[in-house]
Amino acid sequence: MRVADIAVIGAGAVGCAVARRFALHGASVLVLEKEADLLSGASKANSAILHTGFDAPPGSLELACMQEGYAEYLDIRGQMNLPLLETGAMVIAWTEAELAALGPIADQARANGIGDVRLISPAEIASHEPHLSGRALGALLVPGEHIIDPWSPFLAYLLQAKAHDAEIAFSSEVTGGAFDGEIWTLQTSTGERRAKTVINCAGLYGDAIDKLLLGAADFEIRPRKGQFVVFDKAAADFLRTIILPVPTERTKGVVLCRTAFGNVLVGPTAEEQKDRVRATTDEASLRELVRRAIDMLPPLKDIGVTAVYAGLRPATEEKHYRIAAKPERQWITVGGIRSTGMTAALGIARHVYRMYDSSAAPPLPEQHLPLMPNLAEHLPRDWSQAGYGEMVCHCELVTRREIEAALSGPLPARDFGGLRRRTRCAMGRCQGFGCHARIAELTRGYFETPLTIDPVA
Amino acid sequence: MIEVCDVLIIGAGPAGLAAAARLKQLGAGRVIVVERETAAGGVPRHCRHSPFGMREFRRVLGGPAYARALAERATNMGAEIRLGTTVVGIERNGDLAVALTSDTGVRRLKPKRILLATGTREKTRAARFLTGDRPLGILNTGALQSYAEKGLAPFRRPLILGSELVALSSLLTCRGLGARPVMMIEERPAPLARASFMFLPRLLGVPVRCGVRIADIHGQKRVEGVRLVLADGSEMDLACDGIAISGHFTPEASLARAAGLEIDPGTGGPVIDQFGRTSDARIFAAGNLLHPVETAGWCWAEARRLAGFLAISLSDQLPEGTVASVHPGPGIAYVVPQRLVRGGTGLKQLQLRATEPVRGRLATEDKGKRTLSRRRALFPERRLLLPVPDLTQAGGNIVIGIED
Repeated sequence: MRVADIAVIGAGAVGCAVARRFALHGASVLVLEKEADLLSGASKANSAILHTGFDAPPGSLELACMQEGYAEYLDIRGQMNLPLLETGAMVIAWTEAELAALGPIADQARANGIGDVRLISPAEIASHEPHLSGRALGALLVPGEHIIDPWSPFLAYLLQAKAHDAEIAFSSEVTGGAFDGEIWTLQTSTGERRAKTVINCAGLYGDAIDKLLLGAADFEIRPRKGQFVVFDKAAADFLRTIILPVPTERTKGVVLCRTAFGNVLVGPTAEEQKDRVRATTDEASLRELVRRAIDMLPPLKDIGVTAVYAGLRPATEEKHYRIAAKPERQWITVGGIRSTGMTAALGIARHVYRMYDSSAAPPLPEQHLPLMPNLAEHLPRDWSQAGYGEMVCHCELVTRREIEAALSGPLPARDFGGLRRRTRCAMGRCQGFGCHARIAELTRGYFETPLTIDPVA
Repeated sequence: MIEVCDVLIIGAGPAGLAAAARLKQLGAGRVIVVERETAAGGVPRHCRHSPFGMREFRRVLGGPAYARALAERATNMGAEIRLGTTVVGIERNGDLAVALTSDTGVRRLKPKRILLATGTREKTRAARFLTGDRPLGILNTGALQSYAEKGLAPFRRPLILGSELVALSSLLTCRGLGARPVMMIEERPAPLARASFMFLPRLLGVPVRCGVRIADIHGQKRVEGVRLVLADGSEMDLACDGIAISGHFTPEASLARAAGLEIDPGTGGPVIDQFGRTSDARIFAAGNLLHPVETAGWCWAEARRLAGFLAISLSDQLPEGTVASVHPGPGIAYVVPQRLVRGGTGLKQLQLRATEPVRGRLATEDKGKRTLSRRRALFPERRLLLPVPDLTQAGGNIVIGIED
């Protein structure tokens, strides 16, 4: 049986980035994902903000990973056709107490190396955002915060890893394993796998995987649920900048921002819960999010809601990232990666690689670069090119050519969520009213959990 | 070279096709109908069991046959129907222009007039803020009907949410698929469909419960069950493998909104005057885009009338200038048309809907002067018609509301 150099447990944002990094250095990589497709856990529900790290703890690993990740994303995105919606952000003070807090946040931002932040007056806020509520007392402008497509980059990373011979095993839940001093043997739901080193990127199950295979975990995952509301694309006319609240110790707070797909997003809530599986939305929280969004941006009152979603962030009992190597066990745990993980993923991957190989051998000179289909609203989409066959999803203008492409290739969509994240089909204002059945037809035979039920005999 | 036409109709449902046939009949010149779906006919295409066509063809037709007949009539009259063609934008600066995409690429077209007939859809699970997990198996009736049309089933034992005609259609559609709904629930204290229709669930052996709401939805991959809160406040777990969400119609007004036309928060569709003109006098609107939701026959007849006004506007003979705007008062969800112009012969009646089932006195207030009409029973899913007020002296704001 093949013995991989590295087994990455979890194909979330961090797992995909780690797999890519190791594959780029020539390591043989095996990715084990318990769900049918990548980004199926904590990663699928984030706010899609590429953070500068202006408010991260100074000197922290989190800050370093965010900054390294941010820089690498900007560096590689052109080669892979990954979008960037340049928005900037404003940390808005709605109260006197928050206004007083802006100065120290600006100082912290500068200490964190974000030199272009500045405090702005209500008049300047209004000039940036004429539709924003006039109640803002002041803001910290952070020009470097941007919006990205929260899914395509990680698919791109995993595709790149695969192009460098990584093996990606979906629906492969790790159920046990042992280390014999040289090699890890992992039991999975799709059979036994072997690797020299294991990197635990299991997100919400990070502590569980450590306990299962090491016998103990240094931390405990305390899932924190975040609910989001996505407004119709009509809302995008009223907002350009990311609107951030003054952060608290526990959470970055409720954000109002555009999405790369042309909508406006508000969220997340921050709700502690025991359950690692259920990420429910509830009417009261969603209505409260809508109320807060309208409070900040009054024209939203006449705009419909396109989608709602919820995700669980793998918070732990402490705020910082829980990244630790156990060289004697040939094991690295990458745990407790919360909201900032999407920004930091590439940086985390570099950090983990340095932990693994302190000589930091240079990556392979020849790199395979997957070119991603664009899903961002501000850039040309597939429908503008003839020969797309048919328009399958009318709200998001998704073509049959796009759907067929997402169902084929090296990492085809293996469930409806994966197809939605790859193409945006059924993600629009009608949520599949018009296209659901056609998608069911086009995806027959492709998904582990199909959209249709077999007819009763 | 940019293609030109006299009237571009967006949407080939009953309204768009009725208008196309009528416009050609009236000699309106080149009439093009664009439809984003690959077949013409709109929603009736998916309705196998409802009676259609009495008013239009003087015989009873099934939905698909009705849809075909409408398209044939429009084509026979000389309208061009282009399927698989999506409007991606309307430009209103200077001449009207429309950007279209189809398999052959992106094109522009310059029409003299546009008729928006983009129809309506049901409010989604997301927009209704339903609490719970978000697994497979939660669909609107429209999606369920499309599944059925393709011979596919999204579930076997669904819960039906809603009790208007569309929910009953959902029941029949399920039956056609071999699915057996476990229950039909309505949040309001009584069913929305007329009592005479409610024999249907009984006939099919599907229990109907009112005053019930969904407190939670369970299931990771597929729906596994729901928790209901019953009218008496008690809770009940119910196993099911899907939820068919019906009703709560929303006009498909995204194009109208993106084009910058004035939108009525009451209907969710564009504001029109009694000639069907939106806030841009070159753009008309018809059908369920104006009022969620009416029958195909109603949309057909109304669009025919509005097409007549549109034909007159091609020779610039419609009266101009708003005299009055009409607003919904207490208890009224919306009034269409929302704007009135003096002169000409436009729609003779205002259409109203109540927000809740209510018995009360309809009161019209115009510049502080009030005209009381008689007591009426109003229902959210049933239209009420009032004559367009005499505008010889009136003006300003007309408010129509319900007084106890």
